[in-house]
Amino acid sequence: MVVLLSFLISFVLVMLRLPDWAMPYQPDWVALVLIYWVLAMPQRMGPGIAWVTGLLVDVMHANLLGIHALGMALLAYLTFRVHLRMRVFPWWQQAVAVFVLLMIYRASTGWIRGLVTPLQLDYSYWLPCIVGALIWPFLFAVLRDAGRFARHL
Amino acid sequence: MATRAGRSETLFLRLLLLAGLSVTIMVADHRTDYLQSLRSILAAAIVPVQWVAAVPSRVVDSVNSWLESEEDVRARLDRLRNEHVQLKAQLQRLQAMESENASLRRLLAAAEQVPDKVLMAELVEVSLDPYTHKILVNRGFRDGIYVGQPVLDQEGVMGQVTEIMPFSSAVTLITDPSHGLPVQVRRNGLRAIALGTGQSDELKISYLTPNADIQVGDILVTSGLGGRFPRGYPVAEVKELISDASEAFLRIAADPVARLDRTNQVLLVWHGLAKQADPAQQPDPAAQTEPPEPAAAGQ
Repeated sequence: MVVLLSFLISFVLVMLRLPDWAMPYQPDWVALVLIYWVLAMPQRMGPGIAWVTGLLVDVMHANLLGIHALGMALLAYLTFRVHLRMRVFPWWQQAVAVFVLLMIYRASTGWIRGLVTPLQLDYSYWLPCIVGALIWPFLFAVLRDAGRFARHL
Repeated sequence: MATRAGRSETLFLRLLLLAGLSVTIMVADHRTDYLQSLRSILAAAIVPVQWVAAVPSRVVDSVNSWLESEEDVRARLDRLRNEHVQLKAQLQRLQAMESENASLRRLLAAAEQVPDKVLMAELVEVSLDPYTHKILVNRGFRDGIYVGQPVLDQEGVMGQVTEIMPFSSAVTLITDPSHGLPVQVRRNGLRAIALGTGQSDELKISYLTPNADIQVGDILVTSGLGGRFPRGYPVAEVKELISDASEAFLRIAADPVARLDRTNQVLLVWHGLAKQADPAQQPDPAAQTEPPEPAAAGQ
């Protein structure tokens, strides 16, 4: 339930229209939420769910179907591979790990997109990864508390 | 430990499977339109999300219009009234010219041009992929929208519909790097292609040789070649000409005349030559009007 709700909120955040100056900083909310849930419940969140989520992101962005689906599935798999290590990391190290995961996710989706349509990417393409890593500790705390709250309900 | 390694392995297999599926879907979506129904179903599922995401900008809009002072509203009303009278006068002349044009065409035994039907649509204020130039408008296939339909604003050409969903559709703007538009110089009919650059204030005009008759300030209009866009709508104004002896073609930058990043209302055009949607399907006959024709080219 909390999982579903957090994904819904992340969808809204992705579609939210920000002022133009803020657009390049908009982090990949869905990817961040996905990383959290893979860490929190690795036995239930697999690449399958991630793939469906990514497909919805493709529809929201009016992109070619399958680009973010593949990226999300890859992200879920990689997060699963490192989840035992990441769980014991201190918060700043975790943020660095999240940064690397987001970079891989962006690189994979950007690369596939570049194959299909001409795409000009500059350094600003990677800004959301930094913003995402900075937001991570707060997001982690919020989602953890939300999960605990839901369990007590 | 063995189970964990096993789980990791099955996950890897699943990832490979999903990757294969993704590639299949991408190819199918890129080459065919079999996936249109899948996209529609998923799009219907995210309609509430879109609605919620558009709430803040709607609130900002309504607060802004609420805060507008009476003098501002009066001034705007005056301006609109003036504009309305002027446009009406122009329209009278246009109607006379249109009938004259039709009779001349009959004399020449040329095909009569079908007047285009248009439908107003509003922008849905949500953010799409920031690395492509797309906007979302609030008309979908329930309104008879088709893929490739031209989209204009009051100044000029904005782009064309590329994805249709039940209640909305995505419009690829002419500045998208994947977009090319056949244009001609209004002054002399010289034909060229206007390519998107990925910057919202610049188009690139390609394949003109250095001796081509084109100047800074020339207005480019759609040429109608390709059959997708109606002829004669303004597209861009030539901003910069660079003639480099080492290159075979001129490098030309042009300013799009449509207000691509500022308009809230767009016009969807049913173009006479394109795949004609059944006009009876259009829900609101009152919304259909004759499109504003660009001013005549002569001095």
